[in-house]
Amino acid sequence: MEAGRSVMTADHKLRYAPEADRLKAGASWRPPEVAFWLLAVAAYFLLPRQLVLLSRVAIMGLFALSLDLILGYAGIISLGHAAFFGLGGYAAGILAQHGWGEPLSGLVVGGLVAALVGFATSFLVLRGSDLTRLMVTLGICLMLFEVANKLRWLTGGADGLQGISLWPILGIWSFDLYGRTAYGYSIIVLFLIFLLARRVIHSPYGLALRGIKENERRMHALGTPVARRLVVAYTMAAGLAGVAGALLTQTTQFVSLDVLSFGKSAEVLLIVVLGGSGTLYGGLIGSLALIVAQSLVSGISPEYWQFWIGIAFIALVFLARGGLMGLARGALTLLHVRWHGRETPSGG
Amino acid sequence: MDAVLETRNLMKHFGALAVANDVSLTVDQGARHALIGPNGAGKTTLVNLLTGALAPNAGRVILGGVDITGEPQHRRVARGLARTFQVNQLFPGMTPLESVALSVAQRRGTTGRWWPRLTRDGEAIDEAAELLDRLRLLDCAHEPTKNLPYGRQRMLEIALALALHPRVLLLDEPAAGVPEDESVELYATLAELPQTVAVLLIEHDMDLVFRFARHITVLVAGSILVEGPPEKISADARVREVYLGEADHG
Repeated sequence: MEAGRSVMTADHKLRYAPEADRLKAGASWRPPEVAFWLLAVAAYFLLPRQLVLLSRVAIMGLFALSLDLILGYAGIISLGHAAFFGLGGYAAGILAQHGWGEPLSGLVVGGLVAALVGFATSFLVLRGSDLTRLMVTLGICLMLFEVANKLRWLTGGADGLQGISLWPILGIWSFDLYGRTAYGYSIIVLFLIFLLARRVIHSPYGLALRGIKENERRMHALGTPVARRLVVAYTMAAGLAGVAGALLTQTTQFVSLDVLSFGKSAEVLLIVVLGGSGTLYGGLIGSLALIVAQSLVSGISPEYWQFWIGIAFIALVFLARGGLMGLARGALTLLHVRWHGRETPSGG
Repeated sequence: MDAVLETRNLMKHFGALAVANDVSLTVDQGARHALIGPNGAGKTTLVNLLTGALAPNAGRVILGGVDITGEPQHRRVARGLARTFQVNQLFPGMTPLESVALSVAQRRGTTGRWWPRLTRDGEAIDEAAELLDRLRLLDCAHEPTKNLPYGRQRMLEIALALALHPRVLLLDEPAAGVPEDESVELYATLAELPQTVAVLLIEHDMDLVFRFARHITVLVAGSILVEGPPEKISADARVREVYLGEADHG
């Protein structure tokens, strides 16, 4: 009896172990991911005249990544994510203006200030439905905008924060006009934070966030303290947005009210949706697509570029569900079917 | 036998409507206990009062000798009270293996950890795969849940609760909407549940109830009408009148 039983267990294990292993392999790096980052490095050498633009792409990509963490994974919709971008930007700027121009600590301060405010406001945001969340996030961002506008002595008001000067990074690399240091710095910070975000979404906590987005009611029934999980996600996303804001301040050595504007919140939301939410890379691809398109189209049609961008955006939403990442994935599957005559084994 | 779950004089009303009226219910350890009653008798409300999704107006809920009346849902789950839903509450975009691994991780208390990789916690995934195998869901372990046939989804609904290793499992019409042959299979799986799990079952299909349950409570208009072993219930004239009589029409 005992012997028979253990044979059965062994059989059993043979059956389920491969399926378990397939999920365990899901977090490993895929070739397109490696290619993406190699291209980002190559851009430094191949496109020396575009580095100022590409720094902006990296920074907006980081900002979008932070929004994707709450929008794409936890399912929290925000129309005021610029609040944290702006807070981080102003914190780093004010610090540098007052004589502490060390960039790395400036990033940390920007991130911490934003995370702190994110934590404090998370309790307001996480109550209620999507619509309430939209209104509350929007409201908080508008309030911060007005506060920054009024506190001229601190923020420079509508003129922006002037007189920011930064020390060289690690005492070695000073910021230059061509954006060489700015791009290297931005892309390294982006990559490190990307690693962190990737780690988070592949953790048990990340799975729980997806669960909350998919079915919050069931998560309660599984015994997950849902509110606590969301507070952590919101705080984390706020902090990362703050780092992105600080990075913008440091690389441009200027902060204007624009960083706290409704337009900024809308732009980052647009980038995430354009790239494909819940994919991690969506924000980066979306940022690249939007900023490059803006720069190209505004060169061709300086007066009406927003019109063309608008049309492209509407077309994309209708033609490609899941954004550019969805489009790319669809194309890959199609190619795979062409070549192998069947769908990819890894549907995800 | 020892009670694992009890309610004492539980009351809940929505306005003037009493949906739970002085309900004192005892679920024994390892019980196969069915809760039956006509539509609107307050069965699902009772489940919601037990799990903490609803707060009672009066009365107490006791789990394993501990008064849990004021405890939030997630604390009760940690104490061993799990439920399934009458209408599927699954994770449509996730695979069954991911969903069950999530449930296992929750039981192991790791869903708050954002640094370690889920995939390094191989035991949780192994355990999830093993459970899927036992419930004959392994062959669709990597399909998105929303693409599964309905019967499979109902089974996954149960798998998510079982992964929590409950002491008490509340099954709210597990076979609702499942074709007859599949519902028999589903109940065959339920019959294999270990005796350490007490099951409180809500079910409309009387054949299934009498095949599965060893103890039955009949709820009518928020109150317990009668309870006892299946023989007693099927012989009770009042039950025939309010419940079985009605089932003949349906």
